[in-house]
Amino acid sequence: MSSAARPAPPEAQKDQSQLRQKQMIARHFDRLAAAPETGEKCAYTFVPGNLSELLLSFGVLPVLPEINSLQSAMRGKSAEYISIAEKQGHSEDVCTYVKSDIGMLLSGNIGPTGQRLPNPDLLLLSYTGCFTFMKWFELLREEYHCPVAMLHVPYQADGHVTPAMRQYVVEQLRRKVIPMLEQLTGRAYDEERLRECLKLSAQAEDDLVWVLHSARSVPSPIDSYFGAVYYLGPIFSSFRGTPDAVAYYRELRAEIADRVRLGKGPVTPDGEMGRERFRVVVEGPPNWTSFRQFWKMFSDEGAVAVASTYAKVGGVYDLGFRHDPDHPLETLADYCLGCYTNLSLPTRIDLLVRYLRDYQADGFLINSVKSCNSFSAGQLHILREVESRSGRPGGFIESDLVDPRYFSAANIKNRLESYFQMLEQKRPEGRA
Amino acid sequence: MSAPTLAELLERAGGLYRDYRLGSVREWKARTGGLAVGYMPIYVPRELLHAQGVLPVGLMGGRDDLEIIKGDAYYQSYICHIPRSTIELGLNGSLDCLDGLLFPAICDVIRNLSGMWQMLFPDKLVHYLDLPQNFERELGGEFYRQDLLALSGLLTARGAAALDPEALRRSISLYNENRRLVRELYDLRRQKPWTLPTHELYLVLRAALVLPVEDSSALFRDYRELAEADPGRKPLDQARVLLTGSFCEQPPLGLIKTLERAGCYIVDDDFVQVHRYIRGDIATEGDPLENLVRAFLEDAAASSTRYIDEGVKGEELLLRARESGTEGVLFCAPSFCDPALLDQPMLVRAVDRQGLPWTAFKYSENSGQFQVIREQAGTFADSIKLWSNA
Repeated sequence: MSSAARPAPPEAQKDQSQLRQKQMIARHFDRLAAAPETGEKCAYTFVPGNLSELLLSFGVLPVLPEINSLQSAMRGKSAEYISIAEKQGHSEDVCTYVKSDIGMLLSGNIGPTGQRLPNPDLLLLSYTGCFTFMKWFELLREEYHCPVAMLHVPYQADGHVTPAMRQYVVEQLRRKVIPMLEQLTGRAYDEERLRECLKLSAQAEDDLVWVLHSARSVPSPIDSYFGAVYYLGPIFSSFRGTPDAVAYYRELRAEIADRVRLGKGPVTPDGEMGRERFRVVVEGPPNWTSFRQFWKMFSDEGAVAVASTYAKVGGVYDLGFRHDPDHPLETLADYCLGCYTNLSLPTRIDLLVRYLRDYQADGFLINSVKSCNSFSAGQLHILREVESRSGRPGGFIESDLVDPRYFSAANIKNRLESYFQMLEQKRPEGRA
Repeated sequence: MSAPTLAELLERAGGLYRDYRLGSVREWKARTGGLAVGYMPIYVPRELLHAQGVLPVGLMGGRDDLEIIKGDAYYQSYICHIPRSTIELGLNGSLDCLDGLLFPAICDVIRNLSGMWQMLFPDKLVHYLDLPQNFERELGGEFYRQDLLALSGLLTARGAAALDPEALRRSISLYNENRRLVRELYDLRRQKPWTLPTHELYLVLRAALVLPVEDSSALFRDYRELAEADPGRKPLDQARVLLTGSFCEQPPLGLIKTLERAGCYIVDDDFVQVHRYIRGDIATEGDPLENLVRAFLEDAAASSTRYIDEGVKGEELLLRARESGTEGVLFCAPSFCDPALLDQPMLVRAVDRQGLPWTAFKYSENSGQFQVIREQAGTFADSIKLWSNA
């Protein structure tokens, strides 16, 4: 059957909060598209360790290349973009987010809304939890010839933040990042404005955490891996610190509270999910090229992700961190230092074991993506350790972020089905 | 004891290179009662360890003769080879003699390996050396100084001598001498590559990783003297190439020999980079710890693992190419090596701007077949000899 004759998938069911988010995103991309005319400055930056509030306080618009790459994958564009980058000499071995972004740039830099993204006025390289970020912006610098503000965030190798680590980040913010933003915008650093943004962040974070914790209910009203992608959109990207984000999370919380009250499970793109049969914790990012198909492999089996580590790459708020307006630069430092991929392997293992317990999960799954060594190197060790410490069975599947060549649907489905069968067999008698 | 012949020296170096169980380190420990601490590529300030009476031991993974039994169970197929061979050597007891292992911040794989090591070997010292990517003294420099002091404290807690400024000055002097000798070897190879074939020089550099600095300097001196005195070393009509990308996981020795047999004189490379990561001498006057910090900030090689702030990517590579009279560049990186492979398009662009011919291939430390690389390198060398204007 030709692709032209293939029936379109049914339209995904959307909650009111999702529609609100869609409008927020549309407005943001409109502003970006108009930036060359309006003169608004924009900075490209990354999700983990993003400095949204600081950018907001300077009136700088953020662009997040990771989000563009995953959006390219969801729109079926990433294969072409990756191919373009590989033809330019980028290795088949390296991160496909990078290659998709570079392919998109070389194809006219058309963003997810079909509008052209502005060139960056600044590359804000927040080097948090991922070595590839540094190389990515070295590559982009060669394309855009714009300044780079580098913020080196130390790694929590021993499971905690030391005063020296915090001080290092704060001083870089004070002496490097802020002066570059001042120079870029012609505005002086306004700490009061930053405090206001941080206050709004903390409000939104409270509601987000409430939503994430709602998955402790049985049945869980949310999916904390696939569904969480939508819930995290505003806070991980351009809206943390805005009144829009506060309104979004308030609305989302109310919707989820209703679902809890009614004893409902998550909403999937295909509608209300059926009976919750398996509660799983998921480690690793999702695959974006077949996101909906991947989710369906879970929901068809009645499997709900009740917690995930991917939902913490932009901040581990559920362990208590909140942006603190009383200590603006210190809190930005703590935020950057605390993102999930900046945590040591033993800390990641502790977190997974804790999730399994706190969310009454039947087991855990690792989706190991080829592109991301920050996540993937050590995941087989994580698998063994978490199994051993929690006594819950683990499953392991492999795919990629945005390269469809590495998503083998039949293979993944087969593994998932076997895994869920195993969970069924291991289930204590009397539990269905 | 009479001076060794060149063959004996190379035999000894080969033995040290091949000894996974680090026999020389075990002997040193038995003799001195000191601590021995390993380090992963590509750079740690060995002077600090030496000053505290600790033997720094450079680890660079395995080779093609190491059977990976357990290590593969820890890593997916799309992750480079060095962490799996390192795990293998840890789990099979080869590294038992080490009292600890340092993991410099060079990539996410080595970073995560540090966490695994903490869990697999809880009785050993494990330290992630978070090398700063900010190179201003008051920012990255201060952070780095604090990290070095923390490391020093960890060594002392394990029984090493306390850090003494005078001892550190002496250690810096010894390592300055050591680096000078390596620079001289590289200079000589640039001038007369037939005198120091890379497969030999490489063995000597690898052997030095497990020796005390005094012995390693003696090895470098002896090697140079013996190689220069060997009348059998005559120039061949080979292409002069610079090899880049091999700073962490190392190629098998057979691959280096293959490149040379295919018609390449390797006149510069980034093998075993710890010997040349700091480019010049480190000052010995004043605060020696400060001097170590300054050297890292201001005089380190432009590695792919290091953020190039104000500089131009590839500038140093081109400088090295000019200084070595390079006729072509070999991009020779391990499979799945993020720093090398993400850097490569930028370095290729720089090399293209310079009009230098280049070719690229990948390897793994346990690669066993070199025929394809031999043909590629041979064709490349031939094309340089026949047609290049470089």
